[in-house]
Amino acid sequence: MAADTNPQGRIAYVNARLLDPASGTDAPGGVLTEGEHIVDAGAGLFADGAPADAEVVYCAGACLAPGLVDIRMHTGEPGQEHKETLATAVRAAVAGGVTSMVCLPNTEPVIDDMSTVEFVARRARKHGLAKVYCYGAVTKGLAGKELSEMGMLAESGAVAFTDGLKAVANARVMRRALDYAGTFGLLIVQHAEEPALAKGGMMTSGETATRLGLDGIPAQAEVIMVDRDIRLVELTGGRLHFAHLSTGDSLDAVRRAKARGLKITCDTAPPYFALNELAVGDYRTFAKLSPPLRTEADRQAVIAALMDGTIDAIASDHLPEDEESKRLPFAEAACGGTGLETLLAVTLELVHNGQMELLAALDLITAKPARLMGLAAGALVPGAAADLVLFDPEAGWKVTEERLHSKSKNSPFDGRPVQGQVLRTVVDGRSVFVREP
Amino acid sequence: MPAMQDGSSDRVSYSHRHLLGIEGLSPSEITALLDRSETYVEQNRQTDKKKSLLRGRTIINLFFENSTRTRTSFELAGKRLGGDVINMSVSTSSIKKGETLIDTAMTLNAMHPDVLVVRHPNSGAVKLLSEKVNCAVINAGDGSHEHPTQALLDALTIRRRRGTLQGLLVAICGDIAHSRVARSNIHLLLAMGARVRLIAPATLIPSGIERLGVEVFHDMAAGLKDVDIVMMLRLQQERMQGGFFPSVREYFNFFGLDYPKLANAKADALIMHPGPMNRGVEIDAEVADDFGRSVIREQVEMGVAVRMACLEILTENLDRPVETNL
Repeated sequence: MAADTNPQGRIAYVNARLLDPASGTDAPGGVLTEGEHIVDAGAGLFADGAPADAEVVYCAGACLAPGLVDIRMHTGEPGQEHKETLATAVRAAVAGGVTSMVCLPNTEPVIDDMSTVEFVARRARKHGLAKVYCYGAVTKGLAGKELSEMGMLAESGAVAFTDGLKAVANARVMRRALDYAGTFGLLIVQHAEEPALAKGGMMTSGETATRLGLDGIPAQAEVIMVDRDIRLVELTGGRLHFAHLSTGDSLDAVRRAKARGLKITCDTAPPYFALNELAVGDYRTFAKLSPPLRTEADRQAVIAALMDGTIDAIASDHLPEDEESKRLPFAEAACGGTGLETLLAVTLELVHNGQMELLAALDLITAKPARLMGLAAGALVPGAAADLVLFDPEAGWKVTEERLHSKSKNSPFDGRPVQGQVLRTVVDGRSVFVREP
Repeated sequence: MPAMQDGSSDRVSYSHRHLLGIEGLSPSEITALLDRSETYVEQNRQTDKKKSLLRGRTIINLFFENSTRTRTSFELAGKRLGGDVINMSVSTSSIKKGETLIDTAMTLNAMHPDVLVVRHPNSGAVKLLSEKVNCAVINAGDGSHEHPTQALLDALTIRRRRGTLQGLLVAICGDIAHSRVARSNIHLLLAMGARVRLIAPATLIPSGIERLGVEVFHDMAAGLKDVDIVMMLRLQQERMQGGFFPSVREYFNFFGLDYPKLANAKADALIMHPGPMNRGVEIDAEVADDFGRSVIREQVEMGVAVRMACLEILTENLDRPVETNL
């Protein structure tokens, strides 16, 4: 990893394929940065040569885009440093082209207190790599009972509120949370899964689970919670975002709710459009995720919802787990997979498969998620932080343990050949990751 | 490399390293296991039951779940073949100290056993363990997944009574959802050309099971109509409180095997049960003891023969290149 430390100077990124979903730009062009900020960007920039006083980065026709914005990832720190520290998480992030990310509150201690928000922000800032934002917990201790101090948490930096891997299950609590968050215009993010139906389940219900003798989680567990929460949004007028939706039925419900003008948004994660239940194969615990991998029909429905705009963002759902949590019988293994370093390449599969245009796919991992969370990121505009990713959309590589920088190696895409490689990641004008040729 | 070699052409056509499940086995592999088992049935009825085929071999019965019958059956099988058999019940010791399954596997592997016979409460656990050891592994039941030697002993029992499995109509009744016996039997019976019906309340039928090629019934009279074999499953005590059905009384009323329900089956239908039975829950005591039709004790007898055959074949395979790791 090379570090280019000349933050006061001007840097010209020339001869790039400039991709800026926010402005709809996909054209030969460049970016000029000065210090920590973008001062100019656009099609045709530097067509007549780079300014003489700027350091030049030759992009050789590679794609130059805003740094990726990942709105759902777990950091192991504080509390689970043996799985991931903020130091390894931000390193993995920039290797994956992610320059801003929002971490979930299910740390130890839980992010339901201002001091934890500040701890994470301070610790992450120290590394000077990807920018780490926090979700605050909806309920104290993620216990699903009492509301956390959302107002003050937001003031100290929490960008939105969620109980992370746990659904806010109690309808009364969810109603209050939506109402109360509305007071401050805050966003609630729900893990949509009816816990009583999902309890004890290890993978999606159906023939594969039955064959393997694993207790199933019915796909309906997701849509039941989505339907309920849509009604609660009607009741309260709140803003609600559903995280990692995985079934066709729940996406239909969101599609209809949006058509009715409700303030509802949703995201999905790469496993749900790139894998199905068969990835569990012979008890592969790396494919044990929450929500579980679904049927092929659901996977196709997720792709359709990405294509028609029902899904507003793709998040990595990065959840590092160490060997001790995964090298176990399937029932005992932890849920979750890493994703920071495969977010770009697996999202690009949508482009390579002809399902989306490159700009539209990038929009889902840059501008759109940034807007959802109210982050000043994801667009190439003068004055914005110079957070950039330079990538080759065609370059092939194989997801292997050795390739990944995350402390944990539990990628559900382990062994998968993918296309799309990050060449350089820039945060606040500094090249914080440069792939050695 | 072909497993069958000159001078041993009657030997091994089951050429896998382990016996982890029935799913995926071919009819000829199943037949090979049954044929070998057959040779031990007579021997087990003699006064001198002991052979020395496994002399010097070490067999470890590694049980992470309580079991008396299966463990004893494997223990007898190993001893009758002259092997050294050690029983380990792990549920009470190492697991509580935080030792993982893989730690246990590595520890035992270092002692150079020849065969590990493993039972574990979680589906897939035996396969996971088999990937970490050098010896042969027999799955003695993993979660709700498979219990291959039970299916083999059931098949041997049926074959001795009916001559063949081909074309028979078999009903499997009871807690299919949580039953490894049911899954192994479904795979085996379908592979051997039998037809399989499952009969249970909908709460005990796992989703998508009809896609394995079975017919599902929720009514005993309809499901038992003209069947050749009635296989009852044990209703696990813990399921009885799990809300899968309202009461034992109600369950027995609709799904317990009694004479009126049995009257729908063929007059000479065989009654089977993997044991231990809950009399008056899934099976009426008189039916269970029906001398003419119940083959429940015969199943136990066949169990030892089947396990001897499995131990013998897998130890033979230890010394030869095997085709797969199945």
